[in-house]
Amino acid sequence: MFPQAIDLHRVLPELIWCAFGVLVMFLQPFVRSRQLFTFLALLGSLAGTAAATTAFLHGGPGFQGLVQSDSFTFFFRLLVGSVSFLVVLAAGPYLDRENLPVAEFYALLFFATAGMGVLASAQELLTAFIGLEMSSISSYVLAGYRRDSLKSSESAMKYFLLGSFATAFFLYGIALVYGATGTTVLDKMAVSDGTSTLLKLGLALILIGLGFKVAAAPFQVWTPDVYEGAPTPVTALFSAGPKAAAFALLLRIFATVPAATRYWFWAFWVLAALTMFAGNLGALVQTNMKRLLAYSSIAHAGYILVAFAAVTSMAQGGSEEAAPAYAAVLFYLLSYALVKLGAFTIVSQLGGTGEKNLSVDDYAGLSQRQPFVAAMLSIYLLSLLGLPVTAGFFGKFYIFKAAVNSHLISLAVLMAINSVIGAYYYLRVIVAMYMREPSAEAAAAGPVPFPIGVNAVLLITFVGTILFGVYPNPVINFILRPSLLAH
Amino acid sequence: MLSGGHLLSVLIFFPVVGAAALMMLRGDDHKFIRSIAMFVSVAEFVFSLLLLRGVPIGSSGYQLEEFAKWITAPPIHYHLGVDGISMFLVLLTTFLTPISVLASWHSIQHRVKEFFVMLLLIEVGVVGVFLSLDLFLFFLFWELILIPMAFLIGIWGHERRVYAAVKFVLYTMAGSILMLVGIIWLYNATGTFDLPTIQQMVANGQLVLGPRTEMLLFLAFFVAFAIKVPVFPLHTWLPDAHVEAPTAGSVMLAGVLLKLGTYGMIRFCLPLFPEASHRAARSVAVLAIIGIIYGALVSMVQPNLKKLVAYSSVSHLGFVVLGIFAFHPISIQGAVFQMLAHGVSTGALFLLVGVLYDRRHTFEISDFGGLSTPMPKLAAFFLFVALSSLGLPMLNGFVGEFLILVGTYQRHWGWAAWAALGVILSACYLLWSYQRVFFGDITREKNRTLPDVSARENWVLAIMAVVILWMGVGSPFITRRTAAATQTVMDQAEPQWAYEAAAQVKAKPHAKKLSSYAAQTMSLERPGIR
Repeated sequence: MFPQAIDLHRVLPELIWCAFGVLVMFLQPFVRSRQLFTFLALLGSLAGTAAATTAFLHGGPGFQGLVQSDSFTFFFRLLVGSVSFLVVLAAGPYLDRENLPVAEFYALLFFATAGMGVLASAQELLTAFIGLEMSSISSYVLAGYRRDSLKSSESAMKYFLLGSFATAFFLYGIALVYGATGTTVLDKMAVSDGTSTLLKLGLALILIGLGFKVAAAPFQVWTPDVYEGAPTPVTALFSAGPKAAAFALLLRIFATVPAATRYWFWAFWVLAALTMFAGNLGALVQTNMKRLLAYSSIAHAGYILVAFAAVTSMAQGGSEEAAPAYAAVLFYLLSYALVKLGAFTIVSQLGGTGEKNLSVDDYAGLSQRQPFVAAMLSIYLLSLLGLPVTAGFFGKFYIFKAAVNSHLISLAVLMAINSVIGAYYYLRVIVAMYMREPSAEAAAAGPVPFPIGVNAVLLITFVGTILFGVYPNPVINFILRPSLLAH
Repeated sequence: MLSGGHLLSVLIFFPVVGAAALMMLRGDDHKFIRSIAMFVSVAEFVFSLLLLRGVPIGSSGYQLEEFAKWITAPPIHYHLGVDGISMFLVLLTTFLTPISVLASWHSIQHRVKEFFVMLLLIEVGVVGVFLSLDLFLFFLFWELILIPMAFLIGIWGHERRVYAAVKFVLYTMAGSILMLVGIIWLYNATGTFDLPTIQQMVANGQLVLGPRTEMLLFLAFFVAFAIKVPVFPLHTWLPDAHVEAPTAGSVMLAGVLLKLGTYGMIRFCLPLFPEASHRAARSVAVLAIIGIIYGALVSMVQPNLKKLVAYSSVSHLGFVVLGIFAFHPISIQGAVFQMLAHGVSTGALFLLVGVLYDRRHTFEISDFGGLSTPMPKLAAFFLFVALSSLGLPMLNGFVGEFLILVGTYQRHWGWAAWAALGVILSACYLLWSYQRVFFGDITREKNRTLPDVSARENWVLAIMAVVILWMGVGSPFITRRTAAATQTVMDQAEPQWAYEAAAQVKAKPHAKKLSSYAAQTMSLERPGIR
């Protein structure tokens, strides 16, 4: 059967991203101009993001319920679209500096973005699997994009091997769930018998597969190596985009399928606690900025999982009560994406050609050499730390609130303890920037130039961080609407 | 209800404007930067004097309230208000900020612009904490102070500054994050972050928490405040932070930041969790008394002058905590007064130590000796301030300690007896250190030619001395204005059930006489237990 026009409307952003990806690939042999590709990439990612609005206005299920275009999808499409737009802005100067080809990079980025869009909109598990594969396979290649760097190749190899393994878990989980319920469509599953062991097992495997993608402990071991080896703009993408998309799918699955809620609640409780500690304790001893931020992103996945524990413990009372917990997840992902993009962009730019200056020691005395950059990075780090007036403060506040709402006081206390541990390593960077003297060669080298694209990324993420840290109303009102998840 | 204009908002945001203006200046014209900072902080002080008009004597409840919607979900409001207690704490803050600016006039020579920006941001946070009537807003300002203070210690401090700054942040955050969980928990129970609303709910019995829940909530708040004060086992960050901070940082830290903790106890712990406060009172008092005596004993053996002053803060703040948890209107009055008195005297002590450091670059008492010969003026100021700090009648320290001891005696004479030991010990360590620094032979050749206080230092110290004397002889000016607010706190902290228990306490006859005397001097309508 041929798809209806309305179906196409509802997946318009993904169509646009794919079309631009293909277009860039076609043009690559014929066009030499790097500027043209960068322009096309910016245009494509913006167009796709804008198309999310029309998809939202023509919302509803598409392709007989394979995908769903609702407020939830809209939010995540905007998020991953903006992430890829910002990554393009930051990657342009990076690719020039490292003398890497541009066209393939943008094409892969488009496919990855489209995959994330599919993940966020999927209402059916096989569709979700396609989205997952699209985004994962592009990510594997992007991680190894600096072919002449051993670290980059190591990163790609590790990501590929472990990632495929995790995807296999996910696929096997789908098979078991299908065996138990006879369907792969989420809302049909919702009405099926929730007590079957096969269904529980299948959901457990799906949880493991997605747990790998979001870097939840004990499936997080790949993260520091992959984040460290990948080109830094790609690291920025990894930490913001695919993570958000995987969390989106996880949220949709566990919000729609109420099977064995209590059981999932404990799974999430344990995952959250483990992940927070694994991330924060690991980050304490890091000296490389990329690894430090990688461990911090594990820790933040743990904070988000706290909200998941809150969701699953509330889910018995219906989605009405769980709404603030959903909102906490969404708001946190937004604030986190802004901050991580900004921080990784600065790290990428300060790294210099070949990404040599990545150690925390290289940041010593940065406030004297480049006061604005140091101030921005401090704001990002303070947002990760959750201090006012940053978006991260409200993100953490909403998660605390969700946890306390669900009477998960002990988990909230664990999260509080982790926030304090986290304070130590974020402060270490700030201390290096403000309270230590620059090394002689760093002082002699003079300030690192910041091209306009990079500055634009910093400006956007900075304004976003402060704006949502002072006035989160528009976002929070949008994601608190009762029709967030259409069934 | 909301007819106060926008004075409170002005008080909070004027230093923000000042800091923003400073940030836009070029960094190399130090003189101009200092003048701007001075202008902003003096203007802020003048504005804050308007509070005296805005809060009528004997008025209960919050004055000059401002109310605006801020965040819709959950409902968080921009709600400000001031009463007799917070008014004087705001005045103390706005008074000490220009003093700090003057104190760092010459001693801060690098990154001058950033220094004053941080100082003004601290002022913003502190004033915001004192004026917030919304728990969330309160927490926001509370956290906001953290980073500028850490920068102040970490950038402009002495050798171990980074260690001290990080320790300060980690300690404070550990407490405050748990307080955030407590605030959210309280929101869950009441459905609002609005302080007056919650206080009302507690007062008329709408809010009923289980004993265990109430105790946990009390602890979530109390521990955060106790770290800030600091109460005995949680005090270890304080000596480091004080010793490593620049003079202005120490003045702000001792002068106002420590008061945030005791203010929080008065404003939040007692009114919101009266039952838990009463149950915890005995343990808290024990900790406070240990703090009083331990702080004094450690001060006595300190070879480092600045650390000595820092530990004396632990001792003096122990009095404040004891006064609060004695649940007597006079002792709470005394606690409030002691907060103000300690802010001024300890601030002055840190200024004096800073003057010595500027000349000799050391805090070791053994490096000094016989300084009264080359620096007679400094010696005079030091003696005056030390006497006020040890509680000489006519000076400010006496009023606070006396009221605290009198009030505490009514309820628990044993507590007062132990605490009185601290008064004796404070005389020992202050006078002994004074003797070692200023009298005796000059043992270091360098000390022979030290210049006495400069004109600027002379002015700063003279202002402090005048305020110290005025607070000592003119104390009714303050106590008359804090009386009503203290009574309100007492009413909130003593719900009906507590009266019977309180009536059991047999006050000694001579204690009654003392209390009626104190009541006359303070024009307090009806002291003691009803």
